[in-house]
Amino acid sequence: MATTTVKTETFVGKRIRRREDPRLITGTATYVEDIQMPGMHYAMILRSPHAAARIRSINTKPAEAAPGVVCVFTGKDTKGVGVVPCGVAMPDLRVPQHTILATDRVYFVGHPVAVVVARDRYLARDAADLIEVDYEVLPAVADPEKALAKGAPAVHPQWPDNIAFTYHQDGGNIDKAFAEADVVVKQRIVSQRLVPMAMETRGVVAEWRGADRQLNLYTSTQIPHLVRTLVAGMLGLEENRMRVIAPEVGGGFGSKLNVYAEEALMGFVSTRIQKPVKWIESRRENFTCTIHGRGHVDYYEVAAKRDGTILGIKLKLIQDVGAYHQLLTPLIPQLSVLMMPGIYNTQNIRADIVGVFTNCVPTDAYRGAGRPEATHGIERMVDVLAAELKMDPAEIRFKNFVTKDKFPYATATGLMYDSGDYAAPLRKALDLVGYVKLRLEQADLRKQRKYMGIGISTYGEICAIGPSPATPAGGWESATVKIDPTGKVTILTGTCPHGQGEETTFAQIAADELGVGLDDILVIRGDTAVVQYGIGTFGSRATAVGGTAVYYALQDLKAKIKKFGAMLLESDDVTLIGGQVVDNKTGKSTTLQEIARASYRALKLPPNTEPGLIATRFWEPPNFTFPFGAHIVVTDIDGETGQIKIRRYVAVDDCGNILNPLIVDGQVHGGVAQGLGQALWEQAVYDDDGQLTTGELMDYALPRAHLMPWIESHHTCTPSPVNPLGVKGVGEAGTIGCSPAVVNSVVDALAPLGVRHIDMPLTPEKIWKVLAAKH
Amino acid sequence: MFAQKFEYTAPKTLDEALHLLANGAKPLAGGMSLIPMMKLRLAAPEHLVDLRALKDLNYIREAGGQLHIGATASHYDIESSALLRQKCPLLTETAAAIGDVQVRNLGTIGGSVAHADPAADYPAALQALEAKFVLRSEKSERTLSAADLFVDALTTALQPGEILSEVIVPIDDTRTGTSYLKMAQPASGFAIVGVAARVRQNAGKISFVRIGVTGLSNRAYRATAAEKALEGKTGSAADIQSAAALVARGVDANSDLHASADYRKHLAVVHAARALKTALSRIA
Ligand SMILES: Cc1cc2nc3c(=O)[nH]c(=O)nc-3n(C[C@H](O)[C@H](O)[C@H](O)COP(=O)(O)OP(=O)(O)OC[C@H]3O[C@@H](n4cnc5c(N)ncnc54)[C@H](O)[C@@H]3O)c2cc1C
Repeated sequence: MATTTVKTETFVGKRIRRREDPRLITGTATYVEDIQMPGMHYAMILRSPHAAARIRSINTKPAEAAPGVVCVFTGKDTKGVGVVPCGVAMPDLRVPQHTILATDRVYFVGHPVAVVVARDRYLARDAADLIEVDYEVLPAVADPEKALAKGAPAVHPQWPDNIAFTYHQDGGNIDKAFAEADVVVKQRIVSQRLVPMAMETRGVVAEWRGADRQLNLYTSTQIPHLVRTLVAGMLGLEENRMRVIAPEVGGGFGSKLNVYAEEALMGFVSTRIQKPVKWIESRRENFTCTIHGRGHVDYYEVAAKRDGTILGIKLKLIQDVGAYHQLLTPLIPQLSVLMMPGIYNTQNIRADIVGVFTNCVPTDAYRGAGRPEATHGIERMVDVLAAELKMDPAEIRFKNFVTKDKFPYATATGLMYDSGDYAAPLRKALDLVGYVKLRLEQADLRKQRKYMGIGISTYGEICAIGPSPATPAGGWESATVKIDPTGKVTILTGTCPHGQGEETTFAQIAADELGVGLDDILVIRGDTAVVQYGIGTFGSRATAVGGTAVYYALQDLKAKIKKFGAMLLESDDVTLIGGQVVDNKTGKSTTLQEIARASYRALKLPPNTEPGLIATRFWEPPNFTFPFGAHIVVTDIDGETGQIKIRRYVAVDDCGNILNPLIVDGQVHGGVAQGLGQALWEQAVYDDDGQLTTGELMDYALPRAHLMPWIESHHTCTPSPVNPLGVKGVGEAGTIGCSPAVVNSVVDALAPLGVRHIDMPLTPEKIWKVLAAKH
Repeated sequence: MFAQKFEYTAPKTLDEALHLLANGAKPLAGGMSLIPMMKLRLAAPEHLVDLRALKDLNYIREAGGQLHIGATASHYDIESSALLRQKCPLLTETAAAIGDVQVRNLGTIGGSVAHADPAADYPAALQALEAKFVLRSEKSERTLSAADLFVDALTTALQPGEILSEVIVPIDDTRTGTSYLKMAQPASGFAIVGVAARVRQNAGKISFVRIGVTGLSNRAYRATAAEKALEGKTGSAADIQSAAALVARGVDANSDLHASADYRKHLAVVHAARALKTALSRIA
């Protein structure tokens, strides 16, 4: 025991490089595909080439006889396996039996029909071609509005109207609002289907250890514990006999917030062949068989007074469900409804959702999950209203913002916005972009018939998902923090970071709380045999909910550390600081290592205290958090070709306190890139026969590095009162704020031609057609 | 995505390669087009002969007042060739506009020409340059013009067993101005439409003009009507506009997810005008 030299270096709030990156950028991380095991077998899945067909017969014999093939399974063999679960319960929800392999019918291109298992993946692939499936091709429908029309082919014969669910929500007095309105604007707005496109496709290794009755499932997922519970259930296996490991996960964007047929299928195969089996999704399968995002057709009506005050909003939302419900499919459009009013002060809303079956792969959560669609809707409508009233789009927003004195603010949709100062980021963004000057320049350019646009989006979003009553599976998060006898710290988080950087930010939190260095801390996630039950990473929740659980576990641990420290120092007045416990009276101190050793050696224990240094907390958040911000996009349009050039991209985001600005920058950049993808390039296009015509990266236009504008990323800071870290979440903000800013900018550029709306993606041809029609 | 089983040979000499090709093997160059097709099982060659190891196919040199480019010169080789930059800048500019860095590092001019993708970039430039193509097989050697080589979408005059061994382009002196301009399809980088322009001026009049167009129809072509319209003119904005208006006339334009036929035709006109203008401005 020595007198103190206190370490003062802190980490929270600093631009600290991600500790996970060295293994990622040196190619030494272990993804599912990298896992090798003795006796490994390989599965190849035969999938339907038709969007709708009856299966008359399947002949697997030639495939079974092919070299290297061990077995072939079809839907007949997997009848005992439970269905792919939909985690959402709601009245009138129609849930088709989603078997892991097709039985008598196929419902979308890519529907799994059979699985070939062989000693080698090439042989498995060759053998898949030898399976003879006799299909009776049926009419298909791939467009949700066409599916609702009379006489459309029924996706599921038992429900000829193709309606998967309906949902209605009323807030305030919408009829009164519309009756009192000076002006009502209406617009149909499409948020097109998108492919989430994680860099790493899905993949599963299943390893059945018969002698132990133990199934190890390695899968590229955002939610290992939920996969364990649900897949064990599908396989009829006791949950404690199953271990799910999410090794390195190469992106998810919501597409891996799910339970997929292949996860149970590989478990089934491995138990049958008593050998490990690997399935890696091809990019083509990723396009056709992993969930898609968005897929909305929205009909908006906004009622307002002549001075721009918004009185009420009506929304008819048509959600393209696809052929089945995946884990959260019906929930996603409900998130859109919750966010309908955006950050504007209107208490009157009416929403009607109709979920529609189509012969397409299911839609589900994709970065933003319902919130980009809602933001796109309200932010476009505010601009449409401004154009109708000949108001400046910034001015109409300032007029309608929920003001800063109104928090916590109860929305018409039943949310309680935690904190906000919505005018601040808009004011800052207008300043940064030089709004007044730009408008003058625009007026000049318009005289020369040149098209320059300034687009504003002031978004709000729902993060830190979420309080358990508002979620299908529990919205809390767990953390264990333990200190080894030698004083090193390990954090086990129930979240499952897969690119978000929590191995760094959680270490920053712990380092500051304990007063140790970042290198003294290890963050472990993604293994159900190692980590206590957890929910996972999605919905911009990992730091706000999972980080808070870490924070509280640290508080428990600190209390215990202080007890041991006080015992060792024979003091009753101590402080934990800089990795040491200090006697406030004498200044004597003892180190964390000494305390850890003493706590495990346990020669002596403080009163009512157990040996060891470990604390676990399950933290239930009292509310969501509600980040917000303002994005302004300046575009120049080539009047001859319709090509759009982004001149400026200014993003001012308020995500509460920032633990690591470098990571927040990365999240904003990535989010904006995907928002630009939707606004300008990406679209999952099914033709009338239900074939995905953009089923390859040569046709599906992802944002490329050389197409990115310079993103000027700035912040305002309004801490959240919901958690002690004051953080809100930033994983989806860029995606949510971006697309309406881009479309508003292009529509603004074309406003002199009388243009009010253009649907995404804003391809040059669409713009050219607008220009050609008006000239 | 796994290809079917195939044999692979990397011969040391061109003769050996030609012998294998005469016996039914298929050439592999950069693999940028062939390998994806094999993985999707749209192509299933039984035997691939890798041309990249052949030193006698990879060169860029000047001889006999012309430029000779071996078939396996990569897009990057061409883009970064000092010789070409000086004597045939149209080709370096075109190569630099292809795909992305990885594709340019691996893809070859021979593969691109032989593959004859209707949206490939080189064919526009090679049409404008009136390039000649040396075709070799075990038994024969012949030289074709661009007009004769490019037959249809994904179809050339190459016969089974025959390879493209060399592309020959003229030396453009400083009195010649050139430009290649394209609108890229955002997913693949291929040309929705690409126009190569090559012009010479004499005493204030345009004395020579060649316009190559790709992406618009099933094969790249020379827009001869537009060329004629511009010859002898001063090259004013109005001259350029009325010539460019002819580039897509009578052409059966492609239509797909990325661009309709009408839009492609419009783009061809716009890009022709811009390419001509730039080419004129580059005359020293
Ligand atoms: C992502 C991506 C983006 C691309 N973007 C563009 C673009 O923007 N513009 C563009 O023009 N192209 C683009 N390409 C195509 C690219 O330029 C290819 O490299 C080219 O089309 C084929 O060249 P290769 O050397 O790779 O040929 P390979 O793929 O090896 O061969 C193509 C075909 O030609 C045959 N072949 C090859 N060499 C010879 C020869 N010497 N004689 C006879 N037959 C031969 C092969 O047998 C095969 O049938 C892109 C490709 C990819 C993958």
